[in-house]
Amino acid sequence: MDALDVLDLIWLVPTLPAIGAVVLLLFGKRIGEPKSGYLATSLMALSFLGSVAAFFALGSLGSEERHHVYNWFTWISSIGKNSDFTVSFGFLADPLSITMILFVTGISTLIHLYAIGYMARDPRFSRFFAYLNLFAASMLVLVLGSSFLMTFMGWEGVGLCSYLLISFWFERNSAAVAGKKAFVTNRVGDFGFMIAMFLIFSKLGSLDYATALPAAPGLSQGTITAIALLLFVGAMGKSAQFPLHIWLPDAMEGPTPVSALIHAATMVTAGVFLVSRAHVFFDLGGSANDVVAWIGAITALGAATIAIRQNDIKRVLAYSTLSQLGYMFLAVGVGSYSAALFHMVTHAFFKALLFLGAGSVIHGMHHEQDMRRMGGLKRAMPITAGTFIIGWLAIAGVPPFAGFWSKDEILAKAWFSDVAGGKALWAIGLVAALLTAFYMSRQVWLVFFGNARYDSEGDHAVNPHESPMTMVLPLVVLSGLSIVGGFLSLPFTSPNLEFLVRWLEPSLEGASHIEASSFGLGFALSVGAIVIGITGIAIGRRVYSGGLAEDGTDPVETRLAGFGKVLENAYYIDAGIAKAVSGPLTGAANFLTDTVDRRLIDGAVNGTGRAFKELGGGLRRVQTGRVRSYALGIMLGAVALLGWFATRVDF
Amino acid sequence: MLALFTQPIDAARMIAVPKIDWLAIGPPVVLFTAALAIVLLASLLRGRSLQHDLDDWVVLCAFAGPIEFWLGRFSAIRYNHDVFSIIVMLAGIGSVAFAMGVSIVRKHTFAASLVIALAGVISAVAITVAQWNVVRTSGSFTSMAGAVAVDGMAVFVMGVVLVATVFGLLLGTSWIRREQLEGPEFLALLLLCATGMLVMASANDLIVVFVALEVFSIALYVMTAFDRHRIESQEAGLKYFLLGAFSSAIFLYGVALTYGATGSTNLVTIRESLTGLVGGDNGLLMVGFALMLVGLGFKVAAAPFHMWTPDVYQGAPTPVTAFMAGATKVAAFGALLRIFVGSFDLLQTDWRPAVYGLAIVSMIVGSVAAIVQTDVKRMLAYSSIAHAGYVLIGVQVATESNGGLGGTSAALFYLGIYMLMAVGAFAVIQVVGRARETDSSLDDYKGLARKEPVLAGLLTLFLLAQAGVPLTAGFVAKLTVFKAAVDAGQFQIALIGMLSATVAAFVYLRIVLSMYSGDEHGSATPVEGNRLTVDLPVRITISLTAALVLLFGVVPGWLLDVAEHATSILAG
Repeated sequence: MDALDVLDLIWLVPTLPAIGAVVLLLFGKRIGEPKSGYLATSLMALSFLGSVAAFFALGSLGSEERHHVYNWFTWISSIGKNSDFTVSFGFLADPLSITMILFVTGISTLIHLYAIGYMARDPRFSRFFAYLNLFAASMLVLVLGSSFLMTFMGWEGVGLCSYLLISFWFERNSAAVAGKKAFVTNRVGDFGFMIAMFLIFSKLGSLDYATALPAAPGLSQGTITAIALLLFVGAMGKSAQFPLHIWLPDAMEGPTPVSALIHAATMVTAGVFLVSRAHVFFDLGGSANDVVAWIGAITALGAATIAIRQNDIKRVLAYSTLSQLGYMFLAVGVGSYSAALFHMVTHAFFKALLFLGAGSVIHGMHHEQDMRRMGGLKRAMPITAGTFIIGWLAIAGVPPFAGFWSKDEILAKAWFSDVAGGKALWAIGLVAALLTAFYMSRQVWLVFFGNARYDSEGDHAVNPHESPMTMVLPLVVLSGLSIVGGFLSLPFTSPNLEFLVRWLEPSLEGASHIEASSFGLGFALSVGAIVIGITGIAIGRRVYSGGLAEDGTDPVETRLAGFGKVLENAYYIDAGIAKAVSGPLTGAANFLTDTVDRRLIDGAVNGTGRAFKELGGGLRRVQTGRVRSYALGIMLGAVALLGWFATRVDF
Repeated sequence: MLALFTQPIDAARMIAVPKIDWLAIGPPVVLFTAALAIVLLASLLRGRSLQHDLDDWVVLCAFAGPIEFWLGRFSAIRYNHDVFSIIVMLAGIGSVAFAMGVSIVRKHTFAASLVIALAGVISAVAITVAQWNVVRTSGSFTSMAGAVAVDGMAVFVMGVVLVATVFGLLLGTSWIRREQLEGPEFLALLLLCATGMLVMASANDLIVVFVALEVFSIALYVMTAFDRHRIESQEAGLKYFLLGAFSSAIFLYGVALTYGATGSTNLVTIRESLTGLVGGDNGLLMVGFALMLVGLGFKVAAAPFHMWTPDVYQGAPTPVTAFMAGATKVAAFGALLRIFVGSFDLLQTDWRPAVYGLAIVSMIVGSVAAIVQTDVKRMLAYSSIAHAGYVLIGVQVATESNGGLGGTSAALFYLGIYMLMAVGAFAVIQVVGRARETDSSLDDYKGLARKEPVLAGLLTLFLLAQAGVPLTAGFVAKLTVFKAAVDAGQFQIALIGMLSATVAAFVYLRIVLSMYSGDEHGSATPVEGNRLTVDLPVRITISLTAALVLLFGVVPGWLLDVAEHATSILAG
């Protein structure tokens, strides 16, 4: 078997978890509790092995040949005689997609394993794993798709699965609502993606990456900018960028493994992936790039400030995800896709670790999520605490942990890029980094150090305990990755040790290279970033090392005064959007049904039968004018049509 | 003298015996005959209507027998009458005859009627397949003095109508049995209705279009009001009748004006008379366009002629709603395409903006008004208005020179897929509705996923398909329509379509959410007797539609190919 034969088997990577999903949906109940979890996990692990094989197969090819499309079957044959529009169910293996599937399958496997412990004794245990498998399969289709349409299919699948998983505990109303919010917000993003797709198709005549992307530079500047912005709207939905970020914090309502999966490996990375895949539009996009960079910067800073005032252990992490995603788009906006992807990978490691760690805490604390009622847990759960601390150091940007390298890379790229306002972006990133170090330190001290603030006696006693092996093992593996993940790409050693950058080169052809103007300056910037990180940690330690007072008041709350309330409510963006969107829409619907259909056209909506019986007579109801009003409606429509056709007559 | 004897014979020879092209009018004739046979049988047998103990095997024989026979027949033709094909054919005949015999012996009128009805409809399907082959190999042709056209579009529309009729019969059977109503009459009405639709599909003359419209409409009015236990059903029937008559009158007036303007009612002649004519100088014709558009817009449930739809869809018995959504729409759209795209394509600049407007209004009204509904049947009624809007996108783009044929085939493809999605969804709704169809509000769907996971899962599939989620047929349908619009450079309408699809997705999601949310009573295990009865006819319907919705979602190539070859309209 040579390399290309191996790559022809790439379809197995998404198919294996898809098979798992089908089997578990059909026979999940019969397979039973632990077994269905192991089945899903082992299929995911096989998929990971397949990805590894694909990685080596691709690596054995020359860097120019690292682009292999495997067409499974023709999905949509030509539509319309005048065009040759066909879509193959095809998979594209190139460095970008292989990188994605490696960490998607790898982290998914760990999360699957973890979920076996976390979801133990849930009445719908096997159903959960069916959804998880389906989620992973959709994400793999998304990244492996050989055309925009294939990616879109995975994109929709991911949205659907996130809905199913977030509202998995639909008995809780908040979970059902959160799921719906995620779905609807994502639809807004999908809308942008769809329009972009149609624009690409109408201008370039193809949706295949291999055909459409190389042809893109031939388009007019306006079209390219429009496509770039529309694709970015799609990415904003999935990757939760301001102002479409509102679904992500609520997505915490799902079981913790789902949060980890959404935040680390699958869903939110889809936006960054899409932008990188279609980077040619952004390279040439002109002002679109500035929009991307600034939206990213706003999200990075805004979410970091909100995170300071959250008390739910998972919500802090949710806002930190928003913030980190903001960094990635900042990197994309200044033209450094490789830095964005680098941060995506390292973030996947430490964010999965932090979420699973938080899940372990929640598990050990009998589903307590409020950090104000935790504290001093490091004694009860030493492994969780140890691994969580590694994750914390990684996200806070302390070398040599993974987050430092990738975040530093982004900040440096912002500084050295020739984008207008690059220095300002760098400054915002630095402030956000300071805040990140601070709120993560706050979390660590509130949860694992200081005074224990939970009831350890009495009827509702909480006895924190370490989690079972299946949950701890993924934590250990991920903490290892969070330590060494940064060495994937060591900055400013160009090109020798920037492994990831070199590896991704063929996929990101044409993207600009941003180089440090001098090694000294680059080094100075890195030192500055370290200082900032340490400062944030020091402040956090100073404020929270003693834990909280008995009444649970947060020292920061008193200092921020009124503004703290604003932050706690996430700048009231959710409430504002809810008012702005649902108000007019429901209003319009009510207008159409109530005023137009019911009053103006005089039609009752419900209870027609009951009202009818009261009236007693068959024809009388009709004579009250309802049918007459409907006829009037038809008449009005006819008049409108006649009006149009009248304009077509030359008198 | 000898000549005197021979004379009459010669005269007889000289009488022009009309040559009837049975192939051309086969499907409606077969259905009509079946309907007559049912009425005759019902009056002859006059046995007890033992609807409630209709055996499953009778249904199975009646359904599978004719299919087997015709499969055997086609394979016999292909493989030169080999033994195997003959055996299959005989087995098919045998099972039909057996089911029929037993039903007659038992004086089971309804069972016997069902056997006749299914045999008739499935035979009609087989004839359309034969027509399709003729059209594909030797081109379109007309019959009955040019009043009937057999072309790609006619056959496609007939096929969709007939498949919807099969599902209608099956759903109707289950419903009749549950509600203990007069069965044979319902089946006869359904067949008559389908007859009208088939005639409409191949009508090549405006008068024939009108007659067909009336034939199927009157049968539909009666069927809508068929449930004598439910006052809502009768109210809906009356309402539909009054408004339908009104719109038919408008349509007829439009036909009259068109005749006045062009001097003919034959669609081919009309088109010929228009060649060389510059549009815009014919006021009479313009008024005719407007009025015909009103009549057909009413039948396809396009806004602003949609007001009857929610009331009638909700009030009508669910099998009738399913049939109405699936078959009426496609038949009426067939006529719309034939008249406007086929005959008046030269005047497209006049009528196209009007259809464009109808499409936009339908999509917006359909998806937005559905949001505040609390009754699932009503929600789907509004969504059917939105679906009419998507099809209209295809219709109005059909005459564009560069995306032209794409528009017609996209519209036809969409209609075929919509039929499957709608029938499937309404089939589940029928089951959930329980006796007397009391349970159709959103609250009644709470906890359905726990009680009936399979049923809930399948309804989810149909709803997701209607929302246009990839890997379901609904996605491909929407894609083809939007693509046709984009091909023709009509970005705006594709945009509005996608936006309305986004809003509509929210509506479908509401139903899904309510199924998967907790039961208000909170009972984890369903009480015995609380379970829904899913009998064989419904089972067949749901599983077939679900399988096809998935199949055409994954490999839509075959149906797309068929729809593409169905774009031949004789007049065009």
